[in-house]
Amino acid sequence: MSLALRCEALEKRYGAVVAVDGLSLSVERGECFGLLGPNGAGKTTTIEILEGLLAPDTGDVEVLGLRWKTHGGELRERLGVQLQETQLTDKLTVEETLRVFRSFYRQGHTIEALIQLVGLEAKRTSWVAKLSGGQKQRLSIACALAGDPDLLFLDEPTTGLDPQSRRQLWDILTRFKAAGGTILLTTHYMDEAEALCDRVAIVDHGKVIAAGTPAELIANLAAPKMVVREGTLEDVFMALTGRHLRDE
Amino acid sequence: MSDSRRGGAHHPLAELTLARLREFMREPEAVFWTFGYPVIMSLALAFAFPSAELQPVLVGVTGGDAGAAIRQTLAAAPGVTVRDVAAADALRMLREGEVHILVEPTDPPSYRFDKARDESRPARLVVDNALKGAAGRADPWTATELPVDVPGSRYIDWLIPGIIGTGLMANGMWGVGFSIVQARMRKVLKRMVASPMRRYQYLAAQLLARMTFLGPEVAFPLVFGVLAFGMPINGSIASMAVVVLLAALAFSALGLLFGTRARTFEGISGLMNIGMLPMWILSGVFFSASNFPDAIQPLVQALPLTATNDALRAVILEGSPLPAIRDELAILLAWIVIPFAVSLKIFRWQ
Repeated sequence: MSLALRCEALEKRYGAVVAVDGLSLSVERGECFGLLGPNGAGKTTTIEILEGLLAPDTGDVEVLGLRWKTHGGELRERLGVQLQETQLTDKLTVEETLRVFRSFYRQGHTIEALIQLVGLEAKRTSWVAKLSGGQKQRLSIACALAGDPDLLFLDEPTTGLDPQSRRQLWDILTRFKAAGGTILLTTHYMDEAEALCDRVAIVDHGKVIAAGTPAELIANLAAPKMVVREGTLEDVFMALTGRHLRDE
Repeated sequence: MSDSRRGGAHHPLAELTLARLREFMREPEAVFWTFGYPVIMSLALAFAFPSAELQPVLVGVTGGDAGAAIRQTLAAAPGVTVRDVAAADALRMLREGEVHILVEPTDPPSYRFDKARDESRPARLVVDNALKGAAGRADPWTATELPVDVPGSRYIDWLIPGIIGTGLMANGMWGVGFSIVQARMRKVLKRMVASPMRRYQYLAAQLLARMTFLGPEVAFPLVFGVLAFGMPINGSIASMAVVVLLAALAFSALGLLFGTRARTFEGISGLMNIGMLPMWILSGVFFSASNFPDAIQPLVQALPLTATNDALRAVILEGSPLPAIRDELAILLAWIVIPFAVSLKIFRWQ
């Protein structure tokens, strides 16, 4: 299988703070890859470098076999991006918001198809301000899918959502993957990584400290310590990062 | 029309402009200020300049019965309103402007008035003339009077183009600057940069959306000026449209420039005030910019609001054709091109 994404020895500093410290990873086409880590581990900085929104201080990035410096315009057409903190314009409707984003792409889904993909048919003419958290997030995913991307970047796509909304989102992503799409997502929910990801990398202090399929990680790291019950990815995570997920 | 290659969406420039327009029209407060400002200013002016008629000279005559003859004489004089004033109230009424001059029936009469007061000096002349004429003074000759009331030469005629100019400035700068800072704060800009959107299209859409509000915004104070004050429009509507369009683009480009870096509403508000204050003061809104010393005239003349006000007055009041205001148009053009180019260069998208 060919690589959808590869980066090597990425480094990014903000003054004295090292956000990304020699991080390397590769994602294969058709794969769902998860970046796991506690808050402040460098996940967002890493994904923004891969998305071409930030330039690394040093290191090498190749996306779909192309480089940001030479093929930025072409890459933008083929990638879908969902950012962690975007608040879409409150007083536009679902349909109007999608029209804006769809207009940026040379090819892709129709507005109609996008609305159906994320199941927002009933909310087509509602203002963004009137949507629930889960609906907003689905709209955000629809914007990312506007250009029918080969590779989808998602930064904490389900943070703060109720369980039902999370399931709906997972379904959308599972369908995207089944159609041949590649996904790179960050999360700090272990169940999400186990449900969606073919492979994960656990990131802390700007480095990959473990990588593999969820099953491999559990087998290698958690199992020896887990005598009374079956190991989970969360056990792996706690063993490696040594602190609770939500601690800053 | 929808473009099938864009999955039912229009060209990005059209979609971005439409989005901005929708957002604006759904924000009642923004709509109120854009169209309300000229309305409020015009109404305030209507109260400040109620009619073109002369204000009467208000004369207070003290002395009770002793002043009866003087009161009678003055009451017969044109444009004079006479009041019988008790000595105890006299000074207070003068101070509060209820009378412009006090006449005391001494022999000869005494005038009591404040020389520093604009209304008091002509009041003194009118009173003096009427009383001396009644006392038998013979005029050596009577001048032929040629009264002139040319619409377009009054202060109100001069003021309305200035109001239109400041409206273009305020709405252009606030409208564009604020919406950009809002999009930056909500990380919408960052999200758009992660798409294949061309950056100039986003900035150009802000300017285009702004252009669509211009018609009603300029028409209201103009029509109000014509209907309420008989303000003449001597120039062509086409020339006026050119000036308005260039001015609106220039102020929107400035709003864009001020919005390039600011990350908060506080930041953009401070910048806007710093940017607009010199123009409020120097650009001849309420009094002529030529009153400022020669040393700062190059600065005064280079400001976009000065160019706008001068060009609007030239077209509306003097009927100047476009070639006559080419200097002003060139200044506005520079204020469009330079801020837009600089904004594109230094814009903070994230």
